[in-house]
Amino acid sequence: MSLREQWIAFMTLMVKEIRRFTRIWQQTLLPPAITIALYFVIFGTLIGPRIGSMSGFTYMEFVVPGLIMLAVITNSFGNVVSSFFGSKFAGNIEELLVSPTPNYIILSGYVLGGVTRGLTVGFIVTLLSLFFTKLHIQHFGVTIAVVILTSILFSLAGLINAVFAKNFDDISIIPTFVLTPLTYLGGVFYSVSLLPEFWQKVSLLNPVLYMVNAFRYGLLGVSDIEVGTAFLMLSSVIAGLFFFAMHLLKNGKNLRS
Amino acid sequence: MNSDFPALSIKGLTKAYDNGFQALKGVDLDVMPGDFFALLGPNGAGKSTIIGIISSLVRKTTGSVAVFGHDIDKDFPLAKKDVGVVPQEFNFNQFEKVFDIVVTQAGYYGLPRKVAEQRAEKYLRRLDLWDKQDQRSRMLSGGMKRRLMIARALVHEPRLLILDEPTAGVDIELRRSLWEFLREINEQGTTIILTTHYLEEAESLCRRIAIIDQGAITQNMTTRELLAQLDKEVFVIDTQEALTACPQLDGYAVELIGSHSFEVVVEKGQSLNDLFVPLTEQGIRVTSLRNKANRLEELFLSMVNGGSKQQEMTALKELAQ
Repeated sequence: MSLREQWIAFMTLMVKEIRRFTRIWQQTLLPPAITIALYFVIFGTLIGPRIGSMSGFTYMEFVVPGLIMLAVITNSFGNVVSSFFGSKFAGNIEELLVSPTPNYIILSGYVLGGVTRGLTVGFIVTLLSLFFTKLHIQHFGVTIAVVILTSILFSLAGLINAVFAKNFDDISIIPTFVLTPLTYLGGVFYSVSLLPEFWQKVSLLNPVLYMVNAFRYGLLGVSDIEVGTAFLMLSSVIAGLFFFAMHLLKNGKNLRS
Repeated sequence: MNSDFPALSIKGLTKAYDNGFQALKGVDLDVMPGDFFALLGPNGAGKSTIIGIISSLVRKTTGSVAVFGHDIDKDFPLAKKDVGVVPQEFNFNQFEKVFDIVVTQAGYYGLPRKVAEQRAEKYLRRLDLWDKQDQRSRMLSGGMKRRLMIARALVHEPRLLILDEPTAGVDIELRRSLWEFLREINEQGTTIILTTHYLEEAESLCRRIAIIDQGAITQNMTTRELLAQLDKEVFVIDTQEALTACPQLDGYAVELIGSHSFEVVVEKGQSLNDLFVPLTEQGIRVTSLRNKANRLEELFLSMVNGGSKQQEMTALKELAQ
Protein backbone atom coordinates (compact mmCIF):
# COMPACT_ATOMS: atom_id res chain seq x y z
CA MET A 1 0.00 0.00 0.00
CA SER A 2 1.21 3.48 -0.78
CA LEU A 3 1.48 6.00 2.05
CA ARG A 4 -1.68 7.71 0.81
CA GLU A 5 -3.59 4.43 0.82
CA GLN A 6 -2.32 3.68 4.32
CA TRP A 7 -3.49 7.12 5.45
CA ILE A 8 -6.94 6.45 3.99
CA ALA A 9 -7.09 3.07 5.74
CA PHE A 10 -6.03 4.70 9.03
CA MET A 11 -8.62 7.48 8.74
CA THR A 12 -11.31 4.95 7.80
CA LEU A 13 -10.62 2.88 10.89
CA MET A 14 -10.27 5.86 13.22
CA VAL A 15 -13.46 7.54 11.98
CA LYS A 16 -15.30 4.22 12.30
CA GLU A 17 -14.10 3.92 15.90
CA ILE A 18 -15.12 7.48 16.75
CA ARG A 19 -18.52 7.02 15.13
CA ARG A 20 -18.97 3.82 17.12
CA PHE A 21 -18.63 5.44 20.53
CA THR A 22 -20.44 8.65 19.61
CA ARG A 23 -23.37 6.66 18.18
CA ILE A 24 -23.84 5.01 21.58
CA TRP A 25 -23.01 8.11 23.65
CA GLN A 26 -25.61 7.10 26.25
CA GLN A 27 -23.38 4.11 27.03
CA THR A 28 -19.96 5.64 26.45
CA LEU A 29 -19.99 9.35 27.34
CA LEU A 30 -22.89 9.87 29.72
CA PRO A 31 -22.19 7.20 32.41
CA PRO A 32 -18.60 8.30 33.16
CA ALA A 33 -19.76 11.91 33.36
CA ILE A 34 -22.44 10.99 35.91
CA THR A 35 -20.10 8.73 37.90
CA ILE A 36 -17.36 11.35 38.16
CA ALA A 37 -19.90 14.07 38.98
CA LEU A 38 -21.02 11.89 41.90
CA TYR A 39 -17.39 11.62 43.04
CA PHE A 40 -17.19 15.43 42.94
CA VAL A 41 -20.35 15.73 45.01
CA ILE A 42 -19.48 13.04 47.56
CA PHE A 43 -15.72 13.36 47.96
CA GLY A 44 -15.37 17.01 47.07
CA THR A 45 -18.43 18.72 48.47
CA LEU A 46 -19.70 16.43 51.25
CA ILE A 47 -16.61 14.66 52.65
CA GLY A 48 -13.89 16.97 51.32
CA PRO A 49 -14.36 19.88 53.76
CA ARG A 50 -14.02 17.45 56.68
CA ILE A 51 -10.72 16.09 55.30
CA GLY A 52 -9.15 19.54 55.14
CA SER A 53 -6.26 20.48 52.85
CA MET A 54 -4.01 18.07 51.01
CA SER A 55 -0.62 19.08 49.60
CA GLY A 56 -1.67 22.67 50.25
CA PHE A 57 -4.94 22.53 48.29
CA THR A 58 -8.57 21.97 49.24
CA TYR A 59 -9.52 18.32 48.91
CA MET A 60 -11.75 19.18 45.94
CA GLU A 61 -8.87 20.90 44.14
CA PHE A 62 -6.61 17.96 44.94
CA VAL A 63 -8.98 15.25 43.81
CA VAL A 64 -10.05 16.83 40.48
CA PRO A 65 -6.87 15.93 38.52
CA GLY A 66 -7.04 12.36 39.83
CA LEU A 67 -10.68 11.97 38.87
CA ILE A 68 -10.04 13.36 35.37
CA MET A 69 -7.25 10.79 34.97
CA LEU A 70 -9.51 8.05 36.34
CA ALA A 71 -12.03 8.86 33.61
CA VAL A 72 -9.35 9.03 30.90
CA ILE A 73 -7.78 5.72 31.94
CA THR A 74 -10.97 3.70 32.20
CA ASN A 75 -12.48 5.08 29.00
CA SER A 76 -9.38 4.73 26.83
CA PHE A 77 -8.95 1.14 27.97
CA GLY A 78 -12.65 0.32 27.83
CA ASN A 79 -13.14 1.72 24.35
CA VAL A 80 -10.43 -0.35 22.70
CA VAL A 81 -11.00 -3.55 24.64
CA SER A 82 -14.74 -3.59 23.95
CA SER A 83 -14.49 -2.49 20.32
CA PHE A 84 -11.66 -4.84 19.34
CA PHE A 85 -13.05 -7.82 21.23
CA GLY A 86 -16.54 -7.08 19.89
CA SER A 87 -15.17 -7.15 16.34
CA LYS A 88 -13.31 -10.34 17.07
CA PHE A 89 -16.36 -11.96 18.65
CA ALA A 90 -18.72 -10.95 15.82
CA GLY A 91 -16.14 -11.86 13.18
CA ASN A 92 -16.01 -8.46 11.49
CA ILE A 93 -12.35 -8.04 12.49
CA GLU A 94 -11.86 -10.23 9.39
CA GLU A 95 -12.81 -7.22 7.25
CA LEU A 96 -9.54 -5.67 8.38
CA LEU A 97 -7.45 -8.82 8.47
CA VAL A 98 -8.20 -9.79 4.85
CA SER A 99 -7.39 -6.26 3.64
CA PRO A 100 -3.86 -5.05 2.86
CA THR A 101 -3.98 -2.65 5.84
CA PRO A 102 -0.64 -3.02 7.68
CA ASN A 103 -0.69 -4.07 11.34
CA TYR A 104 0.69 -0.76 12.58
CA ILE A 105 -2.24 1.04 10.93
CA ILE A 106 -4.71 -1.37 12.57
CA LEU A 107 -3.05 -0.74 15.92
CA SER A 108 -2.89 3.04 15.42
CA GLY A 109 -6.52 3.25 14.29
CA TYR A 110 -7.85 1.44 17.36
CA VAL A 111 -5.51 3.32 19.71
CA LEU A 112 -6.48 6.72 18.29
CA GLY A 113 -10.13 5.73 18.68
CA GLY A 114 -9.46 4.96 22.34
CA VAL A 115 -7.47 8.15 22.83
CA THR A 116 -10.28 10.21 21.31
CA ARG A 117 -12.84 8.71 23.67
CA GLY A 118 -10.52 9.05 26.67
CA LEU A 119 -9.85 12.71 25.89
CA THR A 120 -13.51 13.43 25.13
CA VAL A 121 -14.61 12.00 28.48
CA GLY A 122 -11.68 13.77 30.18
CA PHE A 123 -12.82 17.06 28.65
CA ILE A 124 -16.43 16.50 29.77
CA VAL A 125 -15.28 15.68 33.30
CA THR A 126 -13.04 18.76 33.33
CA LEU A 127 -16.02 20.92 32.32
CA LEU A 128 -18.10 19.32 35.09
CA SER A 129 -15.38 19.98 37.65
CA LEU A 130 -15.70 23.71 36.95
CA PHE A 131 -19.10 23.58 38.67
CA PHE A 132 -17.33 22.53 41.87
CA THR A 133 -13.95 24.28 41.83
CA LYS A 134 -11.72 26.62 39.82
CA LEU A 135 -8.91 25.23 37.72
CA HIS A 136 -5.70 27.15 37.12
CA ILE A 137 -3.49 25.15 34.83
CA GLN A 138 0.09 25.56 36.02
CA HIS A 139 1.92 23.71 33.24
CA PHE A 140 -0.23 23.45 30.13
CA GLY A 141 2.24 21.41 28.07
CA VAL A 142 2.80 18.86 30.84
CA THR A 143 -0.97 18.54 31.39
CA ILE A 144 -1.72 17.85 27.72
CA ALA A 145 1.29 15.57 27.19
CA VAL A 146 0.52 13.45 30.25
CA VAL A 147 -3.15 13.01 29.44
CA ILE A 148 -2.41 12.03 25.82
CA LEU A 149 0.39 9.61 26.75
CA THR A 150 -1.79 8.05 29.45
CA SER A 151 -4.67 7.48 27.07
CA ILE A 152 -2.29 5.98 24.47
CA LEU A 153 -0.86 3.64 27.10
CA PHE A 154 -4.24 2.36 28.24
CA SER A 155 -5.59 2.10 24.71
CA LEU A 156 -2.64 -0.17 23.87
CA ALA A 157 -3.29 -2.17 27.03
CA GLY A 158 -6.95 -2.48 26.04
CA LEU A 159 -6.04 -3.88 22.64
CA ILE A 160 -3.67 -6.43 24.17
CA ASN A 161 -6.38 -7.49 26.63
CA ALA A 162 -8.83 -7.86 23.71
CA VAL A 163 -6.39 -9.98 21.70
CA PHE A 164 -5.96 -12.44 24.56
CA ALA A 165 -9.65 -12.42 25.57
CA LYS A 166 -11.66 -15.46 24.53
CA ASN A 167 -14.98 -14.45 26.08
CA PHE A 168 -16.68 -11.43 27.59
CA ASP A 169 -15.53 -12.41 31.11
CA ASP A 170 -11.94 -12.01 29.97
CA ILE A 171 -12.47 -8.36 29.07
CA SER A 172 -13.95 -7.51 32.48
CA ILE A 173 -11.33 -9.32 34.59
CA ILE A 174 -8.49 -6.89 33.88
CA PRO A 175 -10.53 -3.69 34.48
CA THR A 176 -12.04 -5.12 37.67
CA PHE A 177 -9.08 -6.85 39.26
CA VAL A 178 -6.12 -4.90 37.86
CA LEU A 179 -7.11 -1.50 36.51
CA THR A 180 -9.47 -0.42 39.29
CA PRO A 181 -7.12 -1.31 42.19
CA LEU A 182 -4.14 0.29 40.43
CA THR A 183 -6.13 3.46 39.76
CA TYR A 184 -7.69 3.75 43.21
CA LEU A 185 -4.31 3.08 44.85
CA GLY A 186 -2.50 5.33 42.40
CA GLY A 187 -2.94 8.57 44.30
CA VAL A 188 -6.26 9.60 42.78
CA PHE A 189 -7.84 10.27 46.18
CA TYR A 190 -4.79 10.84 48.38
CA SER A 191 -1.18 11.88 48.46
CA VAL A 192 1.17 8.91 48.90
CA SER A 193 3.09 11.03 51.40
CA LEU A 194 0.27 10.13 53.82
CA LEU A 195 1.25 6.46 53.65
CA PRO A 196 3.81 4.71 55.86
CA GLU A 197 7.25 4.61 54.24
CA PHE A 198 6.97 0.93 53.25
CA TRP A 199 3.68 1.49 51.39
CA GLN A 200 5.07 4.63 49.77
CA LYS A 201 7.81 2.46 48.25
CA VAL A 202 5.28 -0.19 47.20
CA SER A 203 3.18 2.55 45.59
CA LEU A 204 6.15 3.49 43.40
CA LEU A 205 5.65 0.18 41.58
CA ASN A 206 2.21 1.36 40.48
CA PRO A 207 2.48 3.04 37.04
CA VAL A 208 -0.81 4.90 37.55
CA LEU A 209 0.79 6.83 40.44
CA TYR A 210 3.22 8.45 37.98
CA MET A 211 0.47 9.44 35.56
CA VAL A 212 -1.84 10.88 38.17
CA ASN A 213 0.94 12.83 39.86
CA ALA A 214 2.38 14.16 36.62
CA PHE A 215 -1.10 15.31 35.61
CA ARG A 216 -1.64 16.86 39.03
CA TYR A 217 1.67 18.64 38.59
CA GLY A 218 0.44 20.05 35.29
CA LEU A 219 -2.77 21.36 36.85
CA LEU A 220 -1.74 22.26 40.42
CA GLY A 221 2.04 22.39 40.28
CA VAL A 222 2.50 19.73 42.98
CA SER A 223 3.49 16.09 42.67
CA ASP A 224 4.56 13.21 44.90
CA ILE A 225 7.07 12.04 42.30
CA GLU A 226 9.57 13.49 39.83
CA VAL A 227 7.75 14.57 36.66
CA GLY A 228 10.71 13.61 34.46
CA THR A 229 10.57 10.10 35.88
CA ALA A 230 6.86 9.97 35.07
CA PHE A 231 7.50 10.85 31.41
CA LEU A 232 10.31 8.30 31.21
CA MET A 233 8.07 5.61 32.69
CA LEU A 234 5.15 6.52 30.42
CA SER A 235 7.31 6.49 27.28
CA SER A 236 8.98 3.20 28.20
CA VAL A 237 5.73 1.41 28.98
CA ILE A 238 4.10 2.75 25.78
CA ALA A 239 7.06 1.53 23.70
CA GLY A 240 6.93 -1.89 25.39
CA LEU A 241 3.17 -2.25 24.90
CA PHE A 242 3.37 -1.04 21.29
CA PHE A 243 5.95 -3.65 20.30
CA PHE A 244 4.13 -6.37 22.21
CA ALA A 245 0.83 -5.48 20.49
CA MET A 246 2.58 -5.46 17.09
CA HIS A 247 4.06 -8.86 17.87
CA LEU A 248 0.60 -10.21 18.70
CA LEU A 249 -0.94 -8.82 15.52
CA LYS A 250 1.93 -10.12 13.39
CA ASN A 251 1.58 -13.62 14.81
CA GLY A 252 -2.19 -13.44 14.61
CA LYS A 253 -2.60 -14.47 18.23
CA ASN A 254 -6.25 -15.54 18.66
CA LEU A 255 -6.99 -13.80 15.35
CA ARG A 256 -5.71 -16.20 12.70
CA SER A 257 -5.93 -19.97 13.15
CA MET B 1 -0.45 -6.62 -14.70
CA ASN B 2 0.93 -10.15 -14.16
CA SER B 3 -1.58 -11.63 -16.63
CA ASP B 4 1.02 -14.29 -17.53
CA PHE B 5 0.69 -15.78 -14.06
CA PRO B 6 -2.12 -18.00 -12.86
CA ALA B 7 -4.82 -16.14 -10.96
CA LEU B 8 -4.08 -18.55 -8.14
CA SER B 9 -1.13 -20.85 -7.80
CA ILE B 10 -0.91 -23.23 -4.84
CA LYS B 11 2.12 -25.47 -4.41
CA GLY B 12 2.58 -28.19 -1.79
CA LEU B 13 0.18 -26.53 0.64
CA THR B 14 -0.16 -28.23 4.00
CA LYS B 15 -1.95 -27.20 7.15
CA ALA B 16 -1.79 -28.90 10.52
CA TYR B 17 -3.92 -27.28 13.22
CA ASP B 18 -2.69 -26.96 16.80
CA ASN B 19 -4.82 -29.94 17.84
CA GLY B 20 -2.86 -32.09 15.37
CA PHE B 21 -5.60 -32.29 12.72
CA GLN B 22 -4.00 -32.38 9.27
CA ALA B 23 -6.46 -30.30 7.22
CA LEU B 24 -4.36 -30.10 4.05
CA LYS B 25 -1.90 -32.74 2.90
CA GLY B 26 0.06 -31.14 0.08
CA VAL B 27 -2.39 -29.35 -2.19
CA ASP B 28 -1.26 -28.28 -5.67
CA LEU B 29 -3.70 -26.18 -7.64
CA ASP B 30 -3.55 -23.64 -10.46
CA VAL B 31 -6.51 -21.48 -11.47
CA MET B 32 -6.04 -19.53 -14.67
CA PRO B 33 -7.12 -15.90 -15.17
CA GLY B 34 -10.74 -15.57 -16.28
CA ASP B 35 -11.64 -19.06 -15.10
CA PHE B 36 -14.83 -19.99 -13.30
CA PHE B 37 -13.60 -22.67 -10.95
CA ALA B 38 -15.40 -24.92 -8.46
CA LEU B 39 -13.79 -26.52 -5.46
CA LEU B 40 -15.95 -29.39 -4.33
CA GLY B 41 -15.65 -31.64 -1.34
CA PRO B 42 -17.54 -32.91 1.68
CA ASN B 43 -17.50 -31.03 4.98
CA GLY B 44 -14.05 -31.05 6.56
CA ALA B 45 -12.32 -31.81 3.24
CA GLY B 46 -10.20 -28.65 3.46
CA LYS B 47 -12.05 -26.18 1.20
CA SER B 48 -12.47 -23.45 3.78
CA THR B 49 -8.93 -23.97 5.04
CA ILE B 50 -7.59 -23.24 1.55
CA ILE B 51 -9.74 -20.10 1.33
CA GLY B 52 -8.63 -19.08 4.82
CA ILE B 53 -4.97 -19.39 3.84
CA ILE B 54 -5.45 -17.38 0.63
CA SER B 55 -7.21 -14.62 2.57
CA SER B 56 -4.60 -14.79 5.39
CA LEU B 57 -7.07 -15.77 8.10
CA VAL B 58 -5.43 -19.18 8.41
CA ARG B 59 -1.67 -19.66 8.68
CA LYS B 60 -0.30 -22.35 6.40
CA THR B 61 2.15 -24.92 7.71
CA THR B 62 4.19 -25.39 4.53
CA GLY B 63 3.88 -24.64 0.83
CA SER B 64 3.33 -21.50 -1.17
CA VAL B 65 0.37 -19.50 -2.45
CA ALA B 66 0.59 -16.82 -5.13
CA VAL B 67 -2.19 -14.58 -6.47
CA PHE B 68 -1.47 -13.29 -9.97
CA GLY B 69 2.22 -13.97 -9.29
CA HIS B 70 2.26 -12.20 -5.90
CA ASP B 71 3.39 -14.51 -3.12
CA ILE B 72 1.11 -14.09 -0.08
CA ASP B 73 4.13 -14.14 2.24
CA LYS B 74 6.42 -11.79 0.36
CA ASP B 75 3.99 -9.43 -1.44
CA PHE B 76 0.98 -9.69 0.83
CA PRO B 77 -0.43 -6.18 0.18
CA LEU B 78 -0.40 -6.74 -3.59
CA ALA B 79 -1.78 -10.27 -3.26
CA LYS B 80 -4.57 -9.08 -0.96
CA LYS B 81 -5.55 -6.25 -3.30
CA ASP B 82 -6.26 -8.82 -6.00
CA VAL B 83 -8.47 -11.02 -3.84
CA GLY B 84 -12.06 -10.57 -2.70
CA VAL B 85 -13.47 -13.15 -0.31
CA VAL B 86 -17.09 -13.92 0.45
CA PRO B 87 -16.99 -16.08 3.58
CA GLN B 88 -19.50 -18.73 4.56
CA GLU B 89 -20.63 -17.00 7.77
CA PHE B 90 -22.01 -13.46 8.01
CA ASN B 91 -19.12 -11.49 9.45
CA PHE B 92 -20.10 -7.84 9.20
CA ASN B 93 -21.08 -5.54 12.03
CA GLN B 94 -24.80 -6.13 12.53
CA PHE B 95 -25.27 -2.59 13.87
CA GLU B 96 -23.74 -0.76 10.93
CA LYS B 97 -25.65 0.51 7.95
CA VAL B 98 -25.41 -1.37 4.66
CA PHE B 99 -23.79 1.54 2.81
CA ASP B 100 -21.25 2.17 5.59
CA ILE B 101 -20.16 -1.48 5.65
CA VAL B 102 -19.24 -1.39 1.96
CA VAL B 103 -17.63 2.07 2.06
CA THR B 104 -15.58 1.19 5.15
CA GLN B 105 -14.27 -1.96 3.49
CA ALA B 106 -13.18 0.13 0.50
CA GLY B 107 -11.33 2.42 2.89
CA TYR B 108 -9.33 -0.52 4.25
CA TYR B 109 -8.07 -1.04 0.70
CA GLY B 110 -7.00 2.61 0.47
CA LEU B 111 -9.78 3.79 -1.85
CA PRO B 112 -10.56 7.52 -1.48
CA ARG B 113 -13.98 8.23 0.05
CA LYS B 114 -15.49 9.53 -3.21
CA VAL B 115 -14.43 6.46 -5.18
CA ALA B 116 -15.57 4.21 -2.33
CA GLU B 117 -19.03 5.77 -2.34
CA GLN B 118 -19.34 5.45 -6.13
CA ARG B 119 -18.30 1.79 -6.01
CA ALA B 120 -20.62 1.06 -3.08
CA GLU B 121 -23.54 2.52 -5.03
CA LYS B 122 -22.55 0.58 -8.16
CA TYR B 123 -22.45 -2.81 -6.43
CA LEU B 124 -25.38 -2.24 -4.10
CA ARG B 125 -27.50 -1.31 -7.12
CA ARG B 126 -26.31 -4.35 -9.09
CA LEU B 127 -27.15 -6.61 -6.18
CA ASP B 128 -30.56 -4.98 -5.59
CA LEU B 129 -29.59 -3.58 -2.20
CA TRP B 130 -29.51 0.14 -3.00
CA ASP B 131 -32.90 0.79 -1.41
CA LYS B 132 -31.56 -0.82 1.80
CA GLN B 133 -28.46 1.36 1.95
CA ASP B 134 -29.54 3.18 5.14
CA GLN B 135 -30.74 0.08 6.97
CA ARG B 136 -28.79 -1.53 9.77
CA SER B 137 -27.46 -4.80 8.39
CA ARG B 138 -29.16 -6.89 11.08
CA MET B 139 -32.51 -5.89 9.56
CA LEU B 140 -31.70 -7.59 6.24
CA SER B 141 -33.00 -11.01 5.24
CA GLY B 142 -30.54 -13.90 4.90
CA GLY B 143 -30.37 -13.53 1.13
CA MET B 144 -29.77 -9.79 1.38
CA LYS B 145 -26.98 -10.34 3.90
CA ARG B 146 -25.30 -12.74 1.49
CA ARG B 147 -25.57 -10.20 -1.32
CA LEU B 148 -24.14 -7.55 0.99
CA MET B 149 -21.10 -9.74 1.57
CA ILE B 150 -20.64 -10.06 -2.19
CA ALA B 151 -20.89 -6.27 -2.64
CA ARG B 152 -18.35 -5.81 0.15
CA ALA B 153 -15.95 -8.32 -1.43
CA LEU B 154 -16.20 -6.59 -4.82
CA VAL B 155 -15.88 -2.98 -3.73
CA HIS B 156 -12.11 -2.89 -4.30
CA GLU B 157 -12.68 -4.64 -7.65
CA PRO B 158 -10.44 -7.67 -7.14
CA ARG B 159 -9.31 -9.73 -10.10
CA LEU B 160 -9.95 -12.93 -8.13
CA LEU B 161 -13.24 -13.45 -6.30
CA ILE B 162 -13.53 -16.40 -3.92
CA LEU B 163 -16.95 -17.42 -2.67
CA ASP B 164 -17.32 -19.97 0.11
CA GLU B 165 -20.74 -21.53 -0.42
CA PRO B 166 -22.34 -18.31 -1.65
CA THR B 167 -25.83 -19.69 -2.14
CA ALA B 168 -26.11 -21.80 1.01
CA GLY B 169 -29.55 -21.29 2.50
CA VAL B 170 -30.89 -18.90 -0.14
CA ASP B 171 -34.08 -19.53 -2.09
CA ILE B 172 -34.09 -20.78 -5.67
CA GLU B 173 -35.01 -17.42 -7.20
CA LEU B 174 -32.20 -15.62 -5.44
CA ARG B 175 -29.78 -18.42 -6.23
CA ARG B 176 -30.56 -18.05 -9.92
CA SER B 177 -30.12 -14.28 -9.79
CA LEU B 178 -26.78 -14.68 -8.00
CA TRP B 179 -25.68 -17.14 -10.68
CA GLU B 180 -26.62 -14.59 -13.30
CA PHE B 181 -24.60 -11.92 -11.51
CA LEU B 182 -21.55 -14.16 -11.09
CA ARG B 183 -21.65 -15.15 -14.77
CA GLU B 184 -21.78 -11.46 -15.66
CA ILE B 185 -18.74 -10.44 -13.62
CA ASN B 186 -16.85 -13.52 -14.83
CA GLU B 187 -17.55 -12.50 -18.43
CA GLN B 188 -16.17 -9.06 -17.55
CA GLY B 189 -12.86 -10.69 -16.58
CA THR B 190 -13.07 -11.53 -12.88
CA THR B 191 -11.69 -14.96 -12.07
CA ILE B 192 -14.10 -16.79 -9.77
CA ILE B 193 -13.51 -19.68 -7.42
CA LEU B 194 -16.44 -21.06 -5.52
CA THR B 195 -17.02 -23.83 -3.10
CA THR B 196 -20.49 -25.25 -2.99
CA HIS B 197 -22.56 -28.16 -1.79
CA TYR B 198 -25.01 -27.59 -4.64
CA LEU B 199 -23.37 -29.64 -7.32
CA GLU B 200 -25.90 -28.41 -9.85
CA GLU B 201 -24.40 -24.98 -9.20
CA ALA B 202 -20.89 -26.14 -10.06
CA GLU B 203 -22.12 -27.99 -13.16
CA SER B 204 -24.09 -25.00 -14.34
CA LEU B 205 -21.55 -22.25 -13.64
CA CYS B 206 -18.03 -23.62 -13.66
CA ARG B 207 -15.71 -24.46 -16.50
CA ARG B 208 -13.27 -26.34 -14.25
CA ILE B 209 -13.85 -28.41 -11.16
CA ALA B 210 -11.45 -29.69 -8.54
CA ILE B 211 -12.55 -32.25 -5.98
CA ILE B 212 -10.86 -32.18 -2.61
CA ASP B 213 -11.19 -35.00 -0.15
CA GLN B 214 -9.47 -35.44 3.20
CA GLY B 215 -7.08 -32.58 2.51
CA ALA B 216 -5.94 -33.65 -0.95
CA ILE B 217 -7.06 -32.81 -4.47
CA THR B 218 -8.38 -36.01 -6.05
CA GLN B 219 -9.63 -34.59 -9.38
CA ASN B 220 -8.91 -31.39 -11.28
CA MET B 221 -10.24 -31.05 -14.81
CA THR B 222 -12.81 -29.29 -16.96
CA THR B 223 -16.44 -29.85 -16.07
CA ARG B 224 -16.95 -31.57 -19.43
CA GLU B 225 -14.02 -33.95 -18.88
CA LEU B 226 -15.27 -34.74 -15.42
CA LEU B 227 -18.80 -35.51 -16.59
CA ALA B 228 -17.40 -37.65 -19.40
CA GLN B 229 -16.12 -39.99 -16.70
CA LEU B 230 -19.67 -40.97 -15.89
CA ASP B 231 -20.06 -44.54 -17.11
CA LYS B 232 -23.82 -44.78 -16.57
CA GLU B 233 -26.85 -42.65 -15.85
CA VAL B 234 -30.25 -43.60 -14.50
CA PHE B 235 -33.35 -42.11 -16.16
CA VAL B 236 -36.89 -42.13 -14.83
CA ILE B 237 -39.56 -42.55 -17.51
CA ASP B 238 -43.23 -41.75 -16.86
CA THR B 239 -45.92 -43.38 -18.99
CA GLN B 240 -49.44 -42.40 -19.96
CA GLU B 241 -51.01 -45.77 -19.25
CA ALA B 242 -50.54 -47.85 -16.13
CA LEU B 243 -47.85 -50.48 -16.45
CA THR B 244 -48.77 -54.06 -15.63
CA ALA B 245 -45.25 -55.41 -16.13
CA CYS B 246 -41.74 -54.14 -16.46
CA PRO B 247 -41.06 -52.99 -20.08
CA GLN B 248 -38.68 -55.24 -22.05
CA LEU B 249 -35.68 -53.24 -23.31
CA ASP B 250 -32.85 -55.44 -24.62
CA GLY B 251 -29.43 -54.32 -23.38
CA TYR B 252 -30.85 -52.01 -20.70
CA ALA B 253 -31.41 -52.67 -17.02
CA VAL B 254 -35.01 -51.71 -16.27
CA GLU B 255 -36.89 -51.52 -12.98
CA LEU B 256 -40.55 -50.76 -12.36
CA ILE B 257 -40.88 -48.10 -9.66
CA GLY B 258 -44.58 -47.24 -9.85
CA SER B 259 -47.78 -47.86 -11.72
CA HIS B 260 -46.87 -45.18 -14.29
CA SER B 261 -43.07 -45.03 -14.10
CA PHE B 262 -39.94 -47.11 -14.43
CA GLU B 263 -36.18 -46.60 -14.26
CA VAL B 264 -33.75 -47.44 -16.99
CA VAL B 265 -29.94 -47.52 -16.74
CA VAL B 266 -28.23 -46.03 -19.80
CA GLU B 267 -24.57 -46.93 -19.97
CA LYS B 268 -21.81 -45.04 -21.72
CA GLY B 269 -22.12 -45.65 -25.50
CA GLN B 270 -25.84 -46.41 -25.35
CA SER B 271 -28.35 -43.95 -26.80
CA LEU B 272 -31.63 -42.73 -25.39
CA ASN B 273 -33.06 -42.89 -28.93
CA ASP B 274 -32.88 -46.69 -28.88
CA LEU B 275 -35.32 -46.82 -25.98
CA PHE B 276 -38.30 -45.35 -27.77
CA VAL B 277 -38.74 -47.84 -30.65
CA PRO B 278 -39.22 -50.93 -28.42
CA LEU B 279 -41.40 -48.92 -26.03
CA THR B 280 -43.65 -47.83 -28.90
CA GLU B 281 -43.81 -51.43 -30.16
CA GLN B 282 -44.98 -52.50 -26.68
CA GLY B 283 -47.67 -49.81 -26.80
CA ILE B 284 -46.11 -47.75 -24.07
CA ARG B 285 -46.50 -43.98 -24.52
CA VAL B 286 -43.89 -41.88 -22.74
CA THR B 287 -45.09 -38.64 -21.15
CA SER B 288 -41.84 -37.50 -19.55
CA LEU B 289 -38.22 -38.46 -19.05
CA ARG B 290 -35.79 -37.13 -16.43
CA ASN B 291 -32.35 -37.84 -15.04
CA LYS B 292 -32.79 -39.57 -11.70
CA ALA B 293 -29.98 -37.62 -10.00
CA ASN B 294 -27.71 -34.74 -10.76
CA ARG B 295 -24.98 -36.22 -12.92
CA LEU B 296 -22.17 -34.50 -11.10
CA GLU B 297 -23.61 -35.60 -7.81
CA GLU B 298 -23.34 -39.26 -8.82
CA LEU B 299 -19.79 -38.76 -9.96
CA PHE B 300 -18.90 -36.85 -6.81
CA LEU B 301 -20.19 -39.64 -4.61
CA SER B 302 -18.17 -42.20 -6.49
CA MET B 303 -15.01 -40.12 -6.16
CA VAL B 304 -14.97 -39.01 -2.55
CA ASN B 305 -14.42 -41.21 0.47
CA GLY B 306 -13.32 -44.17 -1.62
CA GLY B 307 -16.85 -44.79 -2.87
CA SER B 308 -17.92 -47.27 -0.19
CA LYS B 309 -21.64 -47.47 0.53
CA GLN B 310 -21.37 -46.22 4.10
CA GLN B 311 -19.08 -43.40 3.10
CA GLU B 312 -21.37 -42.49 0.24
CA MET B 313 -24.19 -42.16 2.74
CA THR B 314 -22.04 -39.81 4.81
CA ALA B 315 -21.27 -37.71 1.77
CA LEU B 316 -24.96 -37.72 0.79
CA LYS B 317 -25.95 -36.47 4.23
CA GLU B 318 -23.43 -33.69 3.91
CA LEU B 319 -24.78 -32.78 0.52
CA ALA B 320 -28.26 -32.62 1.94
CA GLN B 321 -27.20 -30.12 4.61
